[in-house]
Amino acid sequence: MGRGVKRRPYRFDILRGCRLVAQSQGGLQEPQSEVDQPFMATAEAPVKSRTQETLAGAVIRFCGDSGDGMQITGSQFTNTAAVFGNDLATFPDFPAEIRAPAGTLPGVSGFQLNFASTDVYTPGDSVDVLIAMNPAALKMNVADLKTNGILIVNTDNFKDVDLKKAQMTSNPLEDRSLDGYRVFAVELTKLTRAALKDLGMDAKSMDRCKNFFALGMCYWLYSRPMDTTFRWLDEKFGNKPLLAEANKRAMKAGFAFCDATEAFQVRYDIPPAKLSPGLYRNISGNSALAMGFVAASRQCGLPLFLGSYPITPASDILHELSMYKEFGVITFQAEDEIAAISSVIGAAYAGALAITTTSGPGMALKTEAMGLAVATELPIVVCDIQRGGPSTGLPTKTEQADLLQALFGRNSEAPIPVIAASTPGDCFWVALEASRIATKYMVPVIILSDGYLANGAEPWKIPTVEELPSFPVKFRTEAGGFQPYARDPGTLSRPWAVPGTPGLEHRIGGLEKQDGTGNVNYEALNHEHMVHLRAAKVEAIAQDIPEVVPVGDPEGDLLIVGWGSTYGAITAALRAQREKGRKVGHVHLRHLNPLPKNLGSVLKRYKKVVVPEMNLGQLVMVLRAKFLVDAIGYNKVQGKPFKQSEIEAKIEELIGVTK
Amino acid sequence: MTATLPVYSKKDFQTDQEVRWCPGCGDYAILSAVQSVFPELGIPREKFVVVSGIGCSSRFPYYMNTYGFHTIHGRAPAVATGIKISRPDLEVWVATGDGDALSIGGNHTIHMLRRNVGLKVLLFNNKIYGLTKGQYSPTSEIGKKAKSTPYGSLDRPFNVLSLALGAEATFVARSVDVFQAHLKGVLRKAAAHQGSAFMEILQNCNIFNDGAWDSLTEKELRDDHTIALEHGQPLVFGKNKDKGIRMKGLELEVVTLGNGLTEKDVIIHDEQNRNPAYAFLLSRMDQTPGFPTPLGVLRAITDPLYETGIQDQIQGVIAKKGRGDLDKLLRAGDTWEVK
Repeated sequence: MGRGVKRRPYRFDILRGCRLVAQSQGGLQEPQSEVDQPFMATAEAPVKSRTQETLAGAVIRFCGDSGDGMQITGSQFTNTAAVFGNDLATFPDFPAEIRAPAGTLPGVSGFQLNFASTDVYTPGDSVDVLIAMNPAALKMNVADLKTNGILIVNTDNFKDVDLKKAQMTSNPLEDRSLDGYRVFAVELTKLTRAALKDLGMDAKSMDRCKNFFALGMCYWLYSRPMDTTFRWLDEKFGNKPLLAEANKRAMKAGFAFCDATEAFQVRYDIPPAKLSPGLYRNISGNSALAMGFVAASRQCGLPLFLGSYPITPASDILHELSMYKEFGVITFQAEDEIAAISSVIGAAYAGALAITTTSGPGMALKTEAMGLAVATELPIVVCDIQRGGPSTGLPTKTEQADLLQALFGRNSEAPIPVIAASTPGDCFWVALEASRIATKYMVPVIILSDGYLANGAEPWKIPTVEELPSFPVKFRTEAGGFQPYARDPGTLSRPWAVPGTPGLEHRIGGLEKQDGTGNVNYEALNHEHMVHLRAAKVEAIAQDIPEVVPVGDPEGDLLIVGWGSTYGAITAALRAQREKGRKVGHVHLRHLNPLPKNLGSVLKRYKKVVVPEMNLGQLVMVLRAKFLVDAIGYNKVQGKPFKQSEIEAKIEELIGVTK
Repeated sequence: MTATLPVYSKKDFQTDQEVRWCPGCGDYAILSAVQSVFPELGIPREKFVVVSGIGCSSRFPYYMNTYGFHTIHGRAPAVATGIKISRPDLEVWVATGDGDALSIGGNHTIHMLRRNVGLKVLLFNNKIYGLTKGQYSPTSEIGKKAKSTPYGSLDRPFNVLSLALGAEATFVARSVDVFQAHLKGVLRKAAAHQGSAFMEILQNCNIFNDGAWDSLTEKELRDDHTIALEHGQPLVFGKNKDKGIRMKGLELEVVTLGNGLTEKDVIIHDEQNRNPAYAFLLSRMDQTPGFPTPLGVLRAITDPLYETGIQDQIQGVIAKKGRGDLDKLLRAGDTWEVK
């Protein structure tokens, strides 16, 4: 039995928590006084029965110091919910500083998860359960907690010094400012230490397990099995069984604590969602992109080459691909962003499926090299995992403000196809589509993802290899009649003739080419012809991409046009509004250059067009310019995704709903 | 290889493109030397890739009948690295200049050398920007009066070889455009080297910096102002081969042979010395008056090749895990079935 239990250090706090429960439920139950084996609960079954309530879904947010392991805690809850069969969406939100001064406001890291038995499109507008590891985390996050929501705080971190670090003048646990919530004030640090005391660890190491105590509490609250996380701990700490054991114990202790103390009067069930049949896994956008390229490499029959320079939030793609050596993947961590894309251009010239990954500042540096890829007509894929800017901006926050950079951000006329992923799982398919277009048309292609997709996760229906599109590449090998800039009449692409092929020796470069021969040529009319040709080649891709089909009403009062990671919020808002009888449609653009060829006519079928974007109106500018429609921008640039409620409010405003 | 290699001549490596360097440019001589040496190397023509950046020297690929890539300013080492590590079977040469490789592309140059990617680098050093019409370069001497420095430049120049040695290049050599036989010898040695082979080729820009290397190339000066390095041979130079170089403490000194001093008392050149400090001393001795400029191979050591390391890692993982199975990858980790 833990020493902490004997002394009951948490009794007052639990009573206080119960007081608030009592306020909301109209009765106070005295906690059970004797708990024999409070920390011995197993992963399989709770010890005591409790009122069990079934919910459609819940939103839970873990927040604490950036050293508190909130991202791991959140990810573990996510995996368990996913394996359990819930639909879900996550929103990890962490600071750019690896370890800002402990306990301060800039150091707060959070992980939000929306999991449900129904379809989930967003991480949720507001939070049902908030776990706050310190006052700073509480201060930064409590506004998002629903009235009467569950708030679990670690009271061990609410000393005067902690409050001061969070710039708080009074203790929120005592000043009644939290009266609108169901507060569970728990001595997480002390209880964790008590649970681990006989493992022979130092205090610091024990304290690093307290996030797993909190996780155990949440597993109890939402009736989750712990085995998925136990397996992960065993894998993660394969060489350090003590750490695996400590975290497991902390987790079991958190679970048992809830069960034993009866702090919580209700446990919740959130049944599995009715997803379409198939095998599922949980996937983040960056993971999906990495696997998508491994798949693309197989489907086009070329080795995969990644040249990259570390940058948030794209680095995970480099990390992941560097593990896939058994697929023959070459990952080259270059000396800078420019070398990264330059190596990729070299690898493409030499016959690889060559890709580079970066974020906005890196895109800026790669600009000149992208122009070279346009001029030399080599197939490369450039992935821009967008983040807040300008300049270094908000490295860990999401934004969609690189669209115009992707479309136009190069010297002269340098058209590049641009494709955007709309969900974490969609990143997989976008990697395949970008690779297909690049190799078929001999063009560089830009993929736009963003920090929200990159780190966010969702259940993903795993395709079989047979279901994947196949686009085998054929290099030019016959020497007869070879010209490096001869055109395929169908695609306008030039032949891909890789070094090592006898008889096809030729020179390419950034100087203007003579069409056909590829020789350096400065003639006026040849240049104009080449500029038109490069534009026509990209424009012609519109014939090779699907037309848009609006979701919701095919015509009516309002069309929402989105692109990228706003997909979830727009979809959820559209569903809710259509249930209220509003005539709204939604088009989500995957291909941003060229645009689907029927887009102009679709836009004209609605009285109004609104374009929600996490920028100051970039797609809307393009749509207005291209189609002369009076499209309206709806813009949010806070480093945070749209909320469903925000989109809904905009829809109502534009349709003229009076409240 | 089953097919026998065609017998190549210099002509096989010439293109039909009109060479557009200024008449009298040192680049012609370098092009000629390379076109003469490539046929001797026993490598199929289609395996050669010549990669360049931007500048006069970077027009080089257009005149070589091989695969060629005229890239963007400064980036040739990075593009060439991408080619070489994805296709180690290719013979990749980089043509670059002092501005291209040491100014805008300085970062790529040192990192290529640090990694020991198997690239042969021809750095044409004319101590001036030619293609932009005559600005001083990172190798121009202090006080250089050029278009952008009418009152003389204030920048200290790079010592090109010291820089390469600082990056621990495994092969570092120098030759001169007009010393054709010497240049070809260096090219052959570079071709035979496993790893990054870095060659500084002193080249005359007769338009914007004419005579920059005259003190080394003029007939009456060259013997006293240069020293031809030969592995295993004593460091002796001068018209009468009567001057030698020996160690004095941590410095070099020039001594006159005779009066009891013989070739046995001077340094025997060892290009394979793994300690780069020796080559470093040689690379900068001519900054002291009275010392000759070293020509030839300063350093040629054997170190693991970057591209081989990459392939070995891949093969090692495949040997351990088996070839990747995409279905398995997609299904890895925690999964669940929805019925």
